[in-house]
Amino acid sequence: MGEPGTKELLSLEELEASGMARSGRKHVLSILVENKPGVLTRIAGLFARRGFNIDTLTVGPTDDEHISRVTLTVDGALHPIDQVTKQLHKLVNVLKIRDLEPDDTVARELALFKIAVDGPQRAEVLQICEIFRGNVVDVTRRAIIIEITGSTDKIEAFEGMVRPFGLIEMMRTGEIAISRGRSET
Amino acid sequence: MRAVDAVMECLKAEGVDVVFGYPGGANLPTYDAFVDAGIHHVLVRHEAGGGHAAAGYAKATGKVGVALGTSGPGATNLVTPIMDAMMDSVPVVFLTGQVRTELLGTDGFQEADILGITMPAVKHSWMIQHPLEIPRVIHEAFHVARTGRPGPVVVDIPMDLSRADIPYEPVTDVRLPGYQPTTEGNVKQIRQAAKALAAARRPVIYAGGGVISAGAAEELTEFATSDRFPVTCTLNGLGGFPAPHEQWLGMLGMHGTRAANYAMDEADLICAIGARFDDRITGKLSEFAPRAKFIHIDIDPAEISKNVPAHIPIVGDAKNVLTKLVNEYRAVGADPARLEEWWQRIHEWQERHPLRYDDSEDGEIKPQRVVEALYEVTGGDAIVSTDVGQHQMWAAQYFHFDKPRKWLTSGGLGTMGFGLPAAMGAQVGCKDETVICITGDGSVQMNMQEMATCAQEGIPIKVFILNNGYLGMVRQWQQLFWDRRYSHVDMGQYPDFVKLAEAYGGSGIRIESKDKLIDGIRQALDTPGPVLVDVRVTREENVYPMIAPGAAARDMVG
Ligand SMILES: Cc1ncc(C[n+]2csc(CCOP(=O)(O)OP(=O)(O)O)c2C)c(N)n1
Repeated sequence: MGEPGTKELLSLEELEASGMARSGRKHVLSILVENKPGVLTRIAGLFARRGFNIDTLTVGPTDDEHISRVTLTVDGALHPIDQVTKQLHKLVNVLKIRDLEPDDTVARELALFKIAVDGPQRAEVLQICEIFRGNVVDVTRRAIIIEITGSTDKIEAFEGMVRPFGLIEMMRTGEIAISRGRSET
Repeated sequence: MRAVDAVMECLKAEGVDVVFGYPGGANLPTYDAFVDAGIHHVLVRHEAGGGHAAAGYAKATGKVGVALGTSGPGATNLVTPIMDAMMDSVPVVFLTGQVRTELLGTDGFQEADILGITMPAVKHSWMIQHPLEIPRVIHEAFHVARTGRPGPVVVDIPMDLSRADIPYEPVTDVRLPGYQPTTEGNVKQIRQAAKALAAARRPVIYAGGGVISAGAAEELTEFATSDRFPVTCTLNGLGGFPAPHEQWLGMLGMHGTRAANYAMDEADLICAIGARFDDRITGKLSEFAPRAKFIHIDIDPAEISKNVPAHIPIVGDAKNVLTKLVNEYRAVGADPARLEEWWQRIHEWQERHPLRYDDSEDGEIKPQRVVEALYEVTGGDAIVSTDVGQHQMWAAQYFHFDKPRKWLTSGGLGTMGFGLPAAMGAQVGCKDETVICITGDGSVQMNMQEMATCAQEGIPIKVFILNNGYLGMVRQWQQLFWDRRYSHVDMGQYPDFVKLAEAYGGSGIRIESKDKLIDGIRQALDTPGPVLVDVRVTREENVYPMIAPGAAARDMVG
């Protein structure tokens, strides 16, 4: 392959092939941080530097007011993730990191769907909502808002079901995750 | 007391004996505090000069350097030295002034989000939110800069907060729950490393700047000589092992010796210590040291297996780990005779491919000769800084460092403009030593203004410009890899460095022929105050040997 600094022409295919391979495996990183300004930027910056796209990100308080938990999901090859977690550990405000194994983790997100419903469709949508154990949180003459909690798969399945009715808007929080069993996440 | 006076107390408590800085609106309070603080402040001519000076001071003394700038442009002028210090793991505390809190985020006059700008370039940074935090944060900043893998930190202090009246109490305990460097080294891993070393038939020790940072040069020598381990160092590791030693292979990497690079290529075990397998070391990664297993000793866990997977990783401070490793190794009791064949092979390479250049037949001065002459005249007893380019590589090749902290160069970032201010900072920290800057006619102009600082402060650095009238290293690449299509590398003979040196209040000397070289150098070293020496050298000389970009070590050319 053409090397940087030499005059060889670099084809676009070569450029792409040299990019970082992605496993497609999803990683859920649970990160305890000091509750200080700028922490989130530092974390996000590390991912950006590596060319990683953060898929979802949630930040919230913990039972200790000085400490927050960041949960982020990212799609990456195992090795680069390892590099990023090591880099994350180097951040002075980062206290603890876990790369959660999907099988040993309970993960949930919350989603709100605003669906267009006219006349007869309404009953059908409500039925689907019931199957997914969603809550209707707002109803107007032409639209209905449904709240769903669950795994990403479940939310995506629900979205697939209601989209044909006319999905006006959808909002998702991104996942929070907690490890199974007695040990702390 | 005023918060800024507390800052001064903190600096004193941290043992700071000099700061390099530049005033402005947002750090007026700090400058007012300097009037009574009794801290030596060097007024530089550009903040970048101050930043590099602080790094030069830190590299030469092993202490934390301090650089100051005002908000906005003062702070942004520090960005290059901050990144430079990050890449080379240099402990420097950068203190920047910031606009008053009510103006933050409003594009206030001379506002720059310096924390945001430098986030990927610092080990850590703080924006002061409340004046009461100031003493604690300053001490935390020094602690983070100095410990673990050293590095630059930034403390940004809004102008209004620095004028606040606060009670000052010295902070003696710094507690950062998220920051606990591992320094000891896992004993089991160390034992395993000792066993692997004892079994190795073609081992190489590959040492980097971490050995210098850890103050582990003696331990490295002790370890290497506990058997007959061949040693090579990176550009930043030079001085970590005595260059004239019989086990010394020379520097490795792109412009390293053939012996060092071939040894890496054929090694069965490489023991990396405080080194990070930079691409200038490995060349083509897939063909780097193909037969080797790796022991990797580093204080930064993120370096382990970053570029090359380590078989035996050891996270810890090089000094601690090497001390233990020597003991473990002696306990294993290896047979030194097993390395006989390996040394024969290495000696063959060393005899067949010594570092060499063709000296001129006439009076023309070869740049390599200048470095050799400097080494001869000083007897190697000098602190040497460089800039970036061909002269840097020749300095690394032909000046033989036998002690740590004598060699100051910008390795990771490759910052032209580092050399002169770094020499200035080193000289301030090491008053009794001879401090030399070996530079190029391109690089020196990037922070030339610090000659005025040197003149005013009586900082007697000796700057030797290997003047080829070119941006030599770029010209070399254009010649070798871009069909000699020279594009914007000719600097001509501008400026007149001798006159310029004099205009700055220093002395200027020009050396144009080989027979004047030694005398010229002596004269420069004997002249008091800062001296700039314009040495006219061969215009088109190339640095060899060389691993071409993307090539493997065994395919070195030249
Ligand atoms: C700030 C900066 N800009 C550009 C470069 C790219 N660069 C690397 S070496 C070099 C030429 C240096 O020329 P000179 O200082 O005259 O040294 P020589 O190579 O001739 O010894 C350049 C432009 C750099 N390293 N740093």
